Amino acid sequence: MADRIRLQVARYRPEQESEATCDEFDVPCPKDWVILDGLNHIKDQLDGTLAYRWSCRMGICGSCGMTVNGEPKLTCATFLHEYAPGPIRVEPLRNFPVIRDLIVDIGDFMRKLVTVKPWIVRDEERPLSAGEFRQTPDEMEEYKQYSMCINCMLCYSACPIYGLDPKFLGPAAIALAQRYNLDNRDQGSGQRMDVLSEHEGIWGCTFVGECTKVCPKHVDPAGSIQRYKLTAALDSMKSFFLPRGA
Amino acid sequence: MIKRHPEPLLWVLFSAGGMLSGMLMPALILMLGIAYPLGWVTPPTYEQMAGLMANPIVRLALLGLIALSLFHWAHRFRHTLYDGLQIKHLNEVVAVVSYGTAVVGSALAAYLLWQVG
Amino acid sequence: MRADTQSSKAFVYTDYHPRWLRQPKHTYWWLEKPSYFVFILRELTCLPVAWFAVYLLLLIQAVIDGPAAYEQFMAWSASPWMILVNVVSFALLVFHAITFFVAAPQALIVHLGRTRVPGSLVLMGHYAAWAAATVVVIWLLGRA
Repeated sequence: MADRIRLQVARYRPEQESEATCDEFDVPCPKDWVILDGLNHIKDQLDGTLAYRWSCRMGICGSCGMTVNGEPKLTCATFLHEYAPGPIRVEPLRNFPVIRDLIVDIGDFMRKLVTVKPWIVRDEERPLSAGEFRQTPDEMEEYKQYSMCINCMLCYSACPIYGLDPKFLGPAAIALAQRYNLDNRDQGSGQRMDVLSEHEGIWGCTFVGECTKVCPKHVDPAGSIQRYKLTAALDSMKSFFLPRGA
Repeated sequence: MIKRHPEPLLWVLFSAGGMLSGMLMPALILMLGIAYPLGWVTPPTYEQMAGLMANPIVRLALLGLIALSLFHWAHRFRHTLYDGLQIKHLNEVVAVVSYGTAVVGSALAAYLLWQVG
Repeated sequence: MRADTQSSKAFVYTDYHPRWLRQPKHTYWWLEKPSYFVFILRELTCLPVAWFAVYLLLLIQAVIDGPAAYEQFMAWSASPWMILVNVVSFALLVFHAITFFVAAPQALIVHLGRTRVPGSLVLMGHYAAWAAATVVVIWLLGRA
């Protein structure tokens, strides 16, 4: 096993250039080093101007998503030795505008997320004296998978539809909407339906399935979208045939 | 109020068409398109085929299969042209041509299946 | 204040908000990864679906037109090109069926009472129905 590996890191310095360039660095390759360790080594020892995001380095904050050899990955969860002998191409997350080097802007997602109301919506707030909500394990299982999303944006990077049509709501936003729709404490599915049923909501999805493949937390956003398509379609037909309610 | 657009209905037709065509077409094409012409199975005589097609259940099943399969094709084809070749500017034209063909094909199927009885 | 008129609509780029790099997706994105290509292939199985619907319509028309037209149709479908088309279509239709049934459990969430039927069982149900439908079709058409 080689003890060094080459990283080909995409650079973008807007004050100097208008296109992306590539810098190559040789970094140590111990067995337990991940790509993020390689990037930190570059920043500490080789080129302090490299700009990238990271935080928890343990796969829960969702900050360190980048494109590694063409695939969206969490760089804190991807080992260098998996790609030996290298070289490894590290690029910013695809489908997002690049601010600098490996940093992308995910403002589009943040704005879309708010539109699906990712919080418990109640018709009437319960008073504190009524006590806590009780939920059986089965009831929690219904939505638990979709609550695991860490907003890392790997799914948006993998989704070709989002790449082609930036108006598409996207996998994570829909999965998070489902997390609340399926939570039995929530009474807001009707309010979310308007946004989700738009042309660029769930109906933009053609079930490529890449989002589920790349999700590091096994949220299965593709499944959540298909499930909601059935729900929305049944609801749409119901309101068509019974416009004044069943 | 949900803004009305036909996507949900078209998706239901696509799903139903996909399910029916998946279930029935492999066996049908194996028999009608491969086994009969190659003589693996003796093809039915004209009288036997006409008799089979005169059956109202068979005709209804064929109508459902043909119509829903055409809508399945129309929906998928339209989306694939849009995503695969990115011809956004022709979006309305492609939609009208695809679903229009499906409607015409279904009407034709209904007419022919009425006649064959 | 530097206004960047070349790039996208709303933003005025300043020293504190420099130009972002937007890399558009190229038309042949589906050649980039094998899974993208398989996806497009799966979507293109709609073509043999439409083709066989047309084939059925032609068969029905031949039956309406009488015994001579029927024999002509059978002879036409025995020609080498038609056999090739139908064999390729058969393979693509099987691929369509399998990919569709694998996708179905993701949309069809079935609850029996309060327990959820696992996706694998829903998938098995689809395969069982497929087997049953195939047997019925072959029996109906094979007993000439």
